[in-house]
Amino acid sequence: MVTQKEPKVISRTSEVDADYKWGFFTDIEMDMAPKGLNENIVRLISTKKNEPEWMTDLRLKAYRYWIRLNYEEPKWAKISHPPIDFQDAYYYAAPKKKEDLPGSLEEVDPDLIEAFNKLGIPLEEQKKLTGVAVDAVFDSVSVATTFQKQLEEAGVIFCPISEAIEKHPDLVKKYMGSVVPYTDNFYAALNSAVFSDGTFCYVPPGVKCPMELMTYFRINAEGTGQFERTLIIADNGSYVSYLEGCTAPMRKTNQLHAAVVELIAEEGAEIKYSTLQNWYPGDKEGRGGVYNFVTKRGKCAGRDSKISWTQVETGSAITWKYPSVILQGDNSVGEFYSVALVNNHQQADTGTKMIHIGKNTKSTIVAKGISAGKAQNTYRGLVRIQPGAENARNYTRCDSLLIGPNCGAHTVPYIEVKNPTAHLEHEATTSRVSEDQLFYLMQRGINEEDAQYMIINGFCKNVFAELPFEFAMEASQLLKVSLEGTVG
Amino acid sequence: MVAPLLEVKDLHVSVADTPILKGVDVTINPGEVHAVMGPNGSGKSTLANVVAGRPGFVATQGEILYQGQSILQMRPDERARAGIFLALQYPVELPGIRNREFLRTAFDALRESRGEPKIAIRDFNKMLEAKAAELDLDPDMMKRNVNEGFSGGEKKRNEILQLSVLDPKMALLDETDSGLDIDALKVVADGVNRFRAPEKGILLVTHYQRILNYITPDFVHVLIGGRIVRSGGRELALELESRGYEWLREEAPAEASA
Repeated sequence: MVTQKEPKVISRTSEVDADYKWGFFTDIEMDMAPKGLNENIVRLISTKKNEPEWMTDLRLKAYRYWIRLNYEEPKWAKISHPPIDFQDAYYYAAPKKKEDLPGSLEEVDPDLIEAFNKLGIPLEEQKKLTGVAVDAVFDSVSVATTFQKQLEEAGVIFCPISEAIEKHPDLVKKYMGSVVPYTDNFYAALNSAVFSDGTFCYVPPGVKCPMELMTYFRINAEGTGQFERTLIIADNGSYVSYLEGCTAPMRKTNQLHAAVVELIAEEGAEIKYSTLQNWYPGDKEGRGGVYNFVTKRGKCAGRDSKISWTQVETGSAITWKYPSVILQGDNSVGEFYSVALVNNHQQADTGTKMIHIGKNTKSTIVAKGISAGKAQNTYRGLVRIQPGAENARNYTRCDSLLIGPNCGAHTVPYIEVKNPTAHLEHEATTSRVSEDQLFYLMQRGINEEDAQYMIINGFCKNVFAELPFEFAMEASQLLKVSLEGTVG
Repeated sequence: MVAPLLEVKDLHVSVADTPILKGVDVTINPGEVHAVMGPNGSGKSTLANVVAGRPGFVATQGEILYQGQSILQMRPDERARAGIFLALQYPVELPGIRNREFLRTAFDALRESRGEPKIAIRDFNKMLEAKAAELDLDPDMMKRNVNEGFSGGEKKRNEILQLSVLDPKMALLDETDSGLDIDALKVVADGVNRFRAPEKGILLVTHYQRILNYITPDFVHVLIGGRIVRSGGRELALELESRGYEWLREEAPAEASA
């Protein structure tokens, strides 16, 4: 048990913007690399993490590719922001630790434990979330992973990716970059060069992971980018449900978050991946907030495999993210359920890609976009049926809800069919919260804010239904908090 | 003498800048059922909606008093919490909101406004099931989204279920009988009659006198061209049944009969 000392966590919430209750900052001694990015920084990150040479080489390859892109970020998304100075950021920030390796909780700074407590993610033994194993990532480093022992008994590996590189190099070598190569896009290249930490998970053949796995990402230090790397492998006939939550302190400057997530489902395996993304969205005038530029992709590598993405995106100043599925194995299934809510000056350009390669592959896309304030929300999706994908099926549904006169909703669906046996359905709607619905609820005694929230929650219902129960409740709450002040 | 529940005084109402009601007076005392009848477009529904505070129905002159207090400045939810209930002519679909949760949220909102604690979910569901059975509604409908995929008759019975659960003081029923077959009509009428009590008031807007065979009104008002042209008892409805509205239209002022 940690000795309880006066926590140093400073709440600065009220000073900046009282609407974002996760906006506190933890004053903690950090180990930081100098500002800027060059080969030496990449080497330094690798050294800091005691990485083997092959990993250092991979990072350098990615870095050299990235530098050739000449700071040319992708420009096709419907987002706008001032140019990002990639040399004006810290690429490595870690809370100073007494020991080098994450081990028992006794070694974790109590300030960090307190910080996660405030976020509703208790890490101490007696307070742990029931039935959920948590990997807590603070800035660049994983600070604690709960339930390690129980998972080990089931044969499940769930650990920081830095630890996996050291302890399970064969698995990492085999799978890392196999779904999202560093050449995939600008941010994937950047991430591959400087990724700091993230989560690794391997579920052995035939094992149903005995609990939900969760990573909680927290950006804390100022001027740092967060580049986490997640790799989840479900071996033949296994099952795993994984959740991620994200928050950041409120800052007047923008912070970059460029993650890469790779999922691999082997034959008959299933991965369910749920996200509650609540990075700091910036203030009402659009100052500050996180740039969330994320590459997430899963590969249904084996027959009869399934990958399901569910995301609830309420945070970030800008979200640029397309969790996708490559349906390679015959009879494999890909799903994407999304709620993206933008308010004030937030921008979201999000959607999915379903790439049908195997026979009898099926995909489902349900995307709900909610726009309020002066925010812009874009659904961008691609359904591609490759020539060999006999009898492929896709169902797509995109609904947009507008609140107020100054926001926007855009739907950009791409469909490419190269096999005549394919069957695709696409439905899309754009609507406003109807005055009749609002009146109906209010006529029954429900106040306007609650009525509006009920209507919006109802709009998101079939996406929330895909989330594990506790997270569905939390998602509902997030929605409510994010919409506060949009009524009237 | 008991204080009136609802007093509508010289009420003028416009919808989209078009005058619809042109000076209506109605006083409803506790225990009374008032039927408002009239041809299409006469302003019957407008009367019910303006009392409930529906946006778009603008009172340009006159007054609405509920339990002696003016309610014109009150929001629809405030009026509802004060005890005014409107059964909608066209009940609205609420995608993703289950009937049960919708009603419980409303029920709790009313309780909260009276300073009472929230009801236990189990107790509420039990009560809801019993009330749904009274209205011959499938218990499964409580788990379905509000009015989504309901038949016309189911929607109307669902309105009366809400009346029964929320138990207001003043019920405004806007053509709740229209579109119902005879069996459904009886079920709805039974529901309204169960609600009827010495402390309650009912304003029943209807196009046909048929429902008045089952719900006996204390007063019948005939609304034509935005004015009440005739008030009477039960027998007035029967007279309308045999004679239509034409003879009264002639009695209405010329500019109102347009």
